[in-house]
Amino acid sequence: MWDSIVAFITHPVTVAVIAAALLMGLMLVQAIIFVWLERKVAGRIQDRLGPTRVGGKFGWLQTLADGIKLLCKEDFIPAAADQFLFRLAAYLVIIGSFLPFLAMPFGLGVVALDMNIAAFYILAVLSTEVFGVILAGYGSGSKWALFGAMREAAQMVSYEVPRALCVIIPIVATGTMSLTLIVQQQEGFFWNWLIFLNPFTFLAFWVLFVSVTASCKRAPFDLAEAESELVAGFHTEFSGFRWLLLFMGEYGSMFITSALCVVLFLGGWHTGVLPHDPTHYLGPILGNIVNVVVFLVKGWLLVFVMMWVRWTLPRLRIDQVMMTCLKYLIPISAFLLLGTCLYPLLWNTLAPGRLQWREGPGIPAAPPPSVGVKLTQLTPPAELTASVK
Amino acid sequence: MDLAEFFFWTVASLTCLSALMVAAAQNIVRAAVWLLFTLAGVSGLYFLLGADFLGAVQLIVYVGGVLILVIFGVMLTAQGPFTSIKTPAGEWAFSLVVGFLLFSLLLACILSTSFETLRPTKVVDDPARARSATDLGLVLLGVDDAKVAGPSKLTMVPQRKRESMSYLFPFEIVSVHLVVVLIGAAYLARAKRRRKEQA
Amino acid sequence: MNIGLTHYLIVGALLFVTGVVCMASKRNAIGVLMGVELVLNGANLNFLDFARFNETFAMEGMVFTLFVIVMAAAEAAIALAIVLNFYNNHVSVDVDAAEELKG
Repeated sequence: MWDSIVAFITHPVTVAVIAAALLMGLMLVQAIIFVWLERKVAGRIQDRLGPTRVGGKFGWLQTLADGIKLLCKEDFIPAAADQFLFRLAAYLVIIGSFLPFLAMPFGLGVVALDMNIAAFYILAVLSTEVFGVILAGYGSGSKWALFGAMREAAQMVSYEVPRALCVIIPIVATGTMSLTLIVQQQEGFFWNWLIFLNPFTFLAFWVLFVSVTASCKRAPFDLAEAESELVAGFHTEFSGFRWLLLFMGEYGSMFITSALCVVLFLGGWHTGVLPHDPTHYLGPILGNIVNVVVFLVKGWLLVFVMMWVRWTLPRLRIDQVMMTCLKYLIPISAFLLLGTCLYPLLWNTLAPGRLQWREGPGIPAAPPPSVGVKLTQLTPPAELTASVK
Repeated sequence: MDLAEFFFWTVASLTCLSALMVAAAQNIVRAAVWLLFTLAGVSGLYFLLGADFLGAVQLIVYVGGVLILVIFGVMLTAQGPFTSIKTPAGEWAFSLVVGFLLFSLLLACILSTSFETLRPTKVVDDPARARSATDLGLVLLGVDDAKVAGPSKLTMVPQRKRESMSYLFPFEIVSVHLVVVLIGAAYLARAKRRRKEQA
Repeated sequence: MNIGLTHYLIVGALLFVTGVVCMASKRNAIGVLMGVELVLNGANLNFLDFARFNETFAMEGMVFTLFVIVMAAAEAAIALAIVLNFYNNHVSVDVDAAEELKG
């Protein structure tokens, strides 16, 4: 009896369903919190209070009221709209926004799918969101929506390049694409975080943050929502629940890209004030609860910074947006990548032996023999050595 | 039917159905959407075949790159909302006959070849020896530790049990080729003056 | 039923043939390009099948597939540039309108 229950619970399908339900729940609950937070932050920056009536003094239940309102709205599809594509667009955006959650480690071993190409996989699925935006604009059957969608797609696709280059920088610095291993190498005090590894990774964090802000279509790069120009860009004709889906996708992307910045540069789930992982002290369950809480707090902090920037800076024009990407961010991130690759070489040339191998759990005690060294140490064929001698 | 089999049948039938809808769709934007599902399905098949890295490359390059290019091309050459250029029925019939003949030829070849006798095949199902991106990187450098597994994935102990060619030079050529081709394509597709002057 | 080599090969063959039918029957030039992409994907799937089910090709199959994906992206870009030029000159992407070299 017990055996069959245990077998049922540990069956891969059950585990997958539970993990997906938890991640979906996280994404949806976060969307509720973020909408409330956005309105409060917007209010405070604009020297007013924000929602204060629904659910107490701070308007906790405002988002719930908004959600109920949106659910009750009429599902309105324009006559000139391509029905199939209009309906599909919102789902593509949500799919592109949810898939990265599967590979993101929230704690030590708290990851739905521990891939050893996790960083690359996240980049890959984030790039599928662009198609949803294009279909949303095209399927609306309105030329303003199409203009907004094309501009938006061009912006999102362009900013994928500095984003990918800046994601490669920690991959090169740590030697692995697995996010769990990258975070494990940032264990310890906060000066172990990759952002403090060398000046190039420090700058790479800021370039990555700007790139993900732009590719999430957040201000100051939010031409899709520019009310004064395009009514509402690609989501003009979306109302009610479809609009809610699009915006859940946007808040989900905001969180997951902030989480990516946290994992790659800010130490992931590590507190930064303890010499070891909390699971070392508290055991796997309690320690991982601490890990997940720390991770979520760091991720939400970056999302808060995105919201703060939105209500502080004015909107950029489309040509300024594209110029920032093509003329500034791409050369800067290429230079930072080159710097990160050459930095250990520079150290070893100027001060040999100074850059010590950082020991830690998950990292072997001696540096692995680098493949370059090993290749030259492979014995050449006998006739070659004979002729050389 | 176990889980791997279920996933294979689901993903493969989704991919094949979407591919057939690409050929059947009259509206070019709908054909592009079906192509999206086909390419995503093929990426899923790559994941099922154990090539994680290539599945992700397929998503980035095809779904996030080529398909966006195709849809921009569709938008820039649009002939009015939702118009379609219809193929006459005779051409359709001919194409379908050709396709059917080709498919039966390929199917006959596949089903009549017994792959076990050609070369000993062994289904590599051991997760400890699953191919990862590290192996791919090492193969690009010409180091194939296929026959020997090192003590852990972090300490790479390359041993040349068989001579393997390094794919680094072709990889560099292909990368430079891609840059050159994209620059050429961008130049070819630039907005020209309406007067027909010789370029 | 164990999913073996022939299952994946049949899927690859179906994608290939669908691409050929697409190339033969579409009149929109971009539709023909979609057919080309399908053909290349079918071939890639073939490479990876043999990489998976045959130990000798385990890594070479992946490397070839990577090269084919990169080359297909380059070729799609050039094909679209040509289609855009064609549209600029003929204000139509119907391949039946490309008749200047006929006869």
